[in-house]
Amino acid sequence: MATFDLNDTGVVVIIGSGAGGGTLGNELAQKGVKTVILEAGGRHEIQDFENDEWPMFGKISWLDKRTTSGTWRVAKDFAGLPAWIVKAVGGSTVHWAGASLRLQEHEFRIKSAYGDIAGANLLDWPLTLAELEPYYARAEDKLGVTRTNGIPGLPGSNNFKVFEAGAKKVGYKDVHTGRMAINSEPRDGRGACLQIGFCFQGCQSGAKWSTLYVEIPKGEATGNLEVRPDSQVLKIEHDASGKVTGVVYADKDGNQQQQKARAVCVAGNSIESPRLLLNSASAMFPDGLANSSGQVGKNYMRHMTGSVYAIFDKPVHMYRGTTMAGIITDESKHDPSRGFVGGYEMETLALGLPFMSAFLNPGDWGREFAAALDKYDHMAGMWLVGEDMPQEKNAVSLHATEKDQHGMPVPNVHFDDHPNDIAMRDHAFERGSAVYDAAGAVRTLHTPPYPSTHNLGTNRMSERAQDGVVNKHGQTHDIPNLFVSDGSQFTTGGAENPTLTIVALAIRQAEYVADQMSKGNI
Amino acid sequence: MERAGTHHLLSRRSLLKTAGATLIVAAVTPAGLVLGIDRAWSAAPEALDPETFATLVQMSRDIYPHDQLEDRFYAAAVSTLDAGAKSDAGLKTTLEDGVAVLDKSAMAAKSTGYRGLADEADRVALLKDIETGPFFQAVRGNLVTGIYNNKEAWPIFGYEGESASKGGYIERGFDDIDWL
Repeated sequence: MATFDLNDTGVVVIIGSGAGGGTLGNELAQKGVKTVILEAGGRHEIQDFENDEWPMFGKISWLDKRTTSGTWRVAKDFAGLPAWIVKAVGGSTVHWAGASLRLQEHEFRIKSAYGDIAGANLLDWPLTLAELEPYYARAEDKLGVTRTNGIPGLPGSNNFKVFEAGAKKVGYKDVHTGRMAINSEPRDGRGACLQIGFCFQGCQSGAKWSTLYVEIPKGEATGNLEVRPDSQVLKIEHDASGKVTGVVYADKDGNQQQQKARAVCVAGNSIESPRLLLNSASAMFPDGLANSSGQVGKNYMRHMTGSVYAIFDKPVHMYRGTTMAGIITDESKHDPSRGFVGGYEMETLALGLPFMSAFLNPGDWGREFAAALDKYDHMAGMWLVGEDMPQEKNAVSLHATEKDQHGMPVPNVHFDDHPNDIAMRDHAFERGSAVYDAAGAVRTLHTPPYPSTHNLGTNRMSERAQDGVVNKHGQTHDIPNLFVSDGSQFTTGGAENPTLTIVALAIRQAEYVADQMSKGNI
Repeated sequence: MERAGTHHLLSRRSLLKTAGATLIVAAVTPAGLVLGIDRAWSAAPEALDPETFATLVQMSRDIYPHDQLEDRFYAAAVSTLDAGAKSDAGLKTTLEDGVAVLDKSAMAAKSTGYRGLADEADRVALLKDIETGPFFQAVRGNLVTGIYNNKEAWPIFGYEGESASKGGYIERGFDDIDWL
């Protein structure tokens, strides 16, 4: 395993080790690029995982102070927890469910496809599906996505069978156990899924792809990648010419260290990445790095989400087996006749009893609420995830007074649902209930959004420098050796779970970075 | 004998509930011990007044009423609050004052303390009045983990918990549904 000197000006520094940063780190290392990943969280290997919701939540979640504002219900129910993401090596690929979908062709150009939407800050990606397709193919192979590359689908769990039965009865056509980055048969040195459940608590069999135990060890094995856990970057530094020169980070003892760099790639997820750029403001860049457009932190998206849980006369035991191996894609199309633009996916979901009680209807109590939980083992569940509208006012900004443990301003996350988001959620709730009613549900419950797991858009890609933060390679418009490598690059969110797209972009970015280095451009 | 008695009282609770009333959960001895009416549990509060403790057990059951859960689960959750109150004077004040207000409201309405209200609906009505306040939220918030994260309660809800050490559910019923 490599270790690089703090004064090594030849290394590429990646901030974050999740789907974007962890993938980029391995890809660069494979190309012979000396790379240091600075990860704010600790390194918890598979043997540290527990099939226990609250203890794992405490162990791996990003729980540093954050504030919220806006009319979204998360701000009321979970005021200090806008996002449910991971602070650990592997980032949110430790707790992700594994759903691996490509964005649809029109979702790269919604300003053109949807027209003007009042209150929305729409923009077409500077990329097309055709340009990204080869990288999607490589990402699917890397992740071992089921139903691609000849990999069979996962077997259907009880929760899926209820979902499938209802879907067919209401006439949905495209229903299956998903395109999942979970081995349905042994592959890439990892075994097949054992239907443990607890995908959100870290996969104890390693069947689910995670940068923690797939990309990072492969990168480390090249001798070109060093991963430093417990290293929270506080500031990106630059020289008089405006190029970045390195970063200042707090090590595990809270001492500040300075790591020099030839290039810096920010992959801290869509709250921390813009926060870091804003916190790196200097005399030369008073509004923060790469922020000449004023778009850093803006256009925060979290996907339209909601869940439907249904109670049946007979047992389901939804928690047994893979958490999200089930999908209906019929509603993911853009069909404005439904009363909204864009579409949504319906995906099976199960929570254990501890999380179900906390999330089913936060704050609710009394006999009706208790009666639902009395039927916990008779419940089936689905998650609804769709395209939300980018709005400039939905933003990650620096709190005026609150500071974190390192003395840096904490992020505030502001979000108001767009009317399109609300119309889509109402439709999705109704269709979700229809699926379960068709399967014989005695009661269905509409669960409001959880703290955000899909955080997107706060350093968006744009063709023109005035419209966004980065170009089609994730390179910032303002600073050639500063990149963004996570979901904050997304110009718009699409209806699909974002990880596969983040990985595809990281593979593509690694090629570009290595090429630009070899040409001496960065 | 103990178990038979518990069963008897639990079925009596169900009976009373259908009549619109529920059994009061606990009594306080002169020595300050809180005793479950079902004789399945007792508690010696370390920070809270025993009367307060007993009232909080009743209130906890009224917030998340699961007829199949014995009172000891609610008492265990309140013991966590008691432990918290021992090191957090603010929490102790919130709980003591909150119960006092609840009792006062009950007295004004029905000339009895909260625990003296035989009808669950009467008690719930009083809780509705305070549900957004810090006292109610402290008691309710504690229950979310106090009840639903209590591993002893999981089998009662049909939740099996940890599965990795047993090889997951691949051979243990992940797809055993037979009624569709």
